[in-house]
Amino acid sequence: MTGSLHLWLIPLLPFAGFLINGLLGKRLPKFLVTAVALLAPLAAFGVVLNAAFLTLTPMELRSWNGPGPIPRLVSVPYLESFGTWINIGALHIDFSFVLDQLSLVMLLVITGVGFLIHIYSVGYMKEDPGYARYFAYLNLFLFFMTTLVLAGNALVMFVGWEGVGLASYLLIGFWFSKTSAADAGKKAFIVNRIGDVGFLIGMFLLLANFGTLTFTEIATKLGQDPGWTGGVVTVIALCLLLGATGKSAQLPLYIWLPDAMEGPTPVSALIHAATMVTAGVYMIARTHVLFDHSPFALNTVAIIGAATALFAATIALVQTDIKRVLAYSTISQLGYMFLGCGVAAYSAAIFHLMTHAFFKALLFLAAGSVIHGLGGEQDMRKMGGLRKKMPITFWTMTMGVIAIAGFWPFAGFFSKDAILYAAYTQGSLGKVLYVVGLVTAALTAFYMFRLWYLTFNGESRDPQAHPHESPWSMLGPLVILALLSLGGGWISGAWAGVGNFGAFLAPVLGQTSTESGSATLEVILSVVAVMVAVLGWFVAEWFYGQKSEHPDQFAAALPGAHKLLANKYYVDEFYGATIIKPLMAISTYLLGWFVDKAILGGTAWLLGGIATFSGALLQRWQSGNLRSYAAWLAAGAAAVLLFFVLPWSTVLANYGIHLGMVGH
Amino acid sequence: MSSLLSQEVPLSWYLLLSALLFTLGVVGFLIKRNLITVFMSIELMLNGVNLSFVTFAHQWHAVKGQIFVFFVMMVAAAEAAVGLAIIIAVFRARATLAVDRIDLMKL
Repeated sequence: MTGSLHLWLIPLLPFAGFLINGLLGKRLPKFLVTAVALLAPLAAFGVVLNAAFLTLTPMELRSWNGPGPIPRLVSVPYLESFGTWINIGALHIDFSFVLDQLSLVMLLVITGVGFLIHIYSVGYMKEDPGYARYFAYLNLFLFFMTTLVLAGNALVMFVGWEGVGLASYLLIGFWFSKTSAADAGKKAFIVNRIGDVGFLIGMFLLLANFGTLTFTEIATKLGQDPGWTGGVVTVIALCLLLGATGKSAQLPLYIWLPDAMEGPTPVSALIHAATMVTAGVYMIARTHVLFDHSPFALNTVAIIGAATALFAATIALVQTDIKRVLAYSTISQLGYMFLGCGVAAYSAAIFHLMTHAFFKALLFLAAGSVIHGLGGEQDMRKMGGLRKKMPITFWTMTMGVIAIAGFWPFAGFFSKDAILYAAYTQGSLGKVLYVVGLVTAALTAFYMFRLWYLTFNGESRDPQAHPHESPWSMLGPLVILALLSLGGGWISGAWAGVGNFGAFLAPVLGQTSTESGSATLEVILSVVAVMVAVLGWFVAEWFYGQKSEHPDQFAAALPGAHKLLANKYYVDEFYGATIIKPLMAISTYLLGWFVDKAILGGTAWLLGGIATFSGALLQRWQSGNLRSYAAWLAAGAAAVLLFFVLPWSTVLANYGIHLGMVGH
Repeated sequence: MSSLLSQEVPLSWYLLLSALLFTLGVVGFLIKRNLITVFMSIELMLNGVNLSFVTFAHQWHAVKGQIFVFFVMMVAAAEAAVGLAIIIAVFRARATLAVDRIDLMKL
């Protein structure tokens, strides 16, 4: 039995919200703006839920390990095509949406968490003069993000991909009168362009080699011919990986994400933690057949992920801006997801993507609540003692901290362990990556508890601060997200590994090979992971639990390391010196001075000069004296007469020139 | 005397007269400063042309030339009306009829 899921409604509802608030927002009363802004994602969430209930059978909802083929109301993958988009010769691209288990999970996260963050924004952005503009952008983001996720082929995905980049740019630079915010927006946009080049080239190569951009067709063609390994598939996969590193802020293109914190905090939560930055992970999972056929590309993904996870976690250790700690933490957690993808544990990566969306959105929103309560203060050194003043924010944030640190039974424990376990079972490289991931887990626990102690513990370090608890429009989403962070991991139904969640995604992502691992190993590894997290917590407690000199002493003992970390490994400076400066020099001198000023400007100047000069000469002719014109006229007429009267042909014939005139 | 009268005036005489009138018109148009004189010179040119039209019409027994003359006369009449109106307007505005001083279009 088939029915229509009306997938088109999912992106178009937020788009309608964008149009209404974007075009009329300034004239509408505030409550109407709020209503439109909230209803659009809520309605989209409703459509997604409807799709979920129609595609999942009750059996699956209870247990995703149901035996045999399960009858569904609507079978998945469910394809919705809106006609041909491009049809030139052999190139045929439909504008199509596809709903399967993978996109369903993503959609639930995007519209669900997205809706919560919309509610939160109502409280957070209440006093902002750009209220309607803010919600218009936020809805626009949801439009593009759902398009990206629903895309049935790479080109439609690219539309969403570019669109979320645009929305991200608009929202990072939302307070554009602040130079740093405008710059951060530009930085994010430009760095993402570099990745997009990779995505584009990957698409071109896909077209050239497979003749299609539709994900299912690519998978079919790859499956038919086992000869597709390495070579061109590796190149395609690496190009796509470059795109993913740009969007998901991985090495070497992660630099835009910390700066993106210039945007409003709910934006950081929605776009730069929960959804958009995970698009790269989603894209790799979506095109995983390509990566499966290229061990080299897969290993590259894993190494980039592990390296990024460790790298960003070390930077997060010493950051003092509460949002920047979370930004580096996001980069680090995205690294975990890449690590998961890289060891072919795609469902573990998607699992972590989902739980991360819960707890990182929670952490950002709680941080936003803190910032809101302190009137815009983001420096953790000036916080402290907020536990009593902001109890609900404190408790929800605590949930988030425990979840990301990976303590049982919170969400982060399950998903992180699933990835680490998958890495451990993947040969010798996997063992190394596992250790890197484990160290990162310890660091993660440390910096998150550091943030927690600095913000909420002890006494306030800023006598001017008058913290107050946030309104319920902000606290409500916090509580819901805290519950999700607490219970979101149980969805797997397994002690470790992806369990039912993996089985649910298996039709799209394939069975994770680690399913065959032993249960004992799973338990041992997860106990180790928790021990490591506890270690991180204890170190944080020792450093920051009481007012102590330990952090300063430690920093003084290792001045070089501290300086290196505090300056974020000088990567921005390195890029500045190796890429931006040469580019600026080329632009200024070669393109600016030589090409633009000398060649183009000189040519224009020369042409203009010729025109002016010849004009000045010819101007004498145009005396303005009527009789001189008449004289020229008469002279001309006389000349013409003379020409026809005189026997020119005879004259010229004497010189041997024949004009071939009439009469010959 | 009677032979002289009975003889037709040769064609070349008419044409010479026509050319003379036309040249007088051109020269007058070019050297005269007074706008009215210039205007009259134009009439002279037109009539010089008219004369050659009539001459050829007579010579070739073709009525086309005569019709052309009528057209030219008609245009000349219209032109005289418009032209004189412009001259009066110019005189009112500039208080002069010297062509060299009516040079507003000059750069």
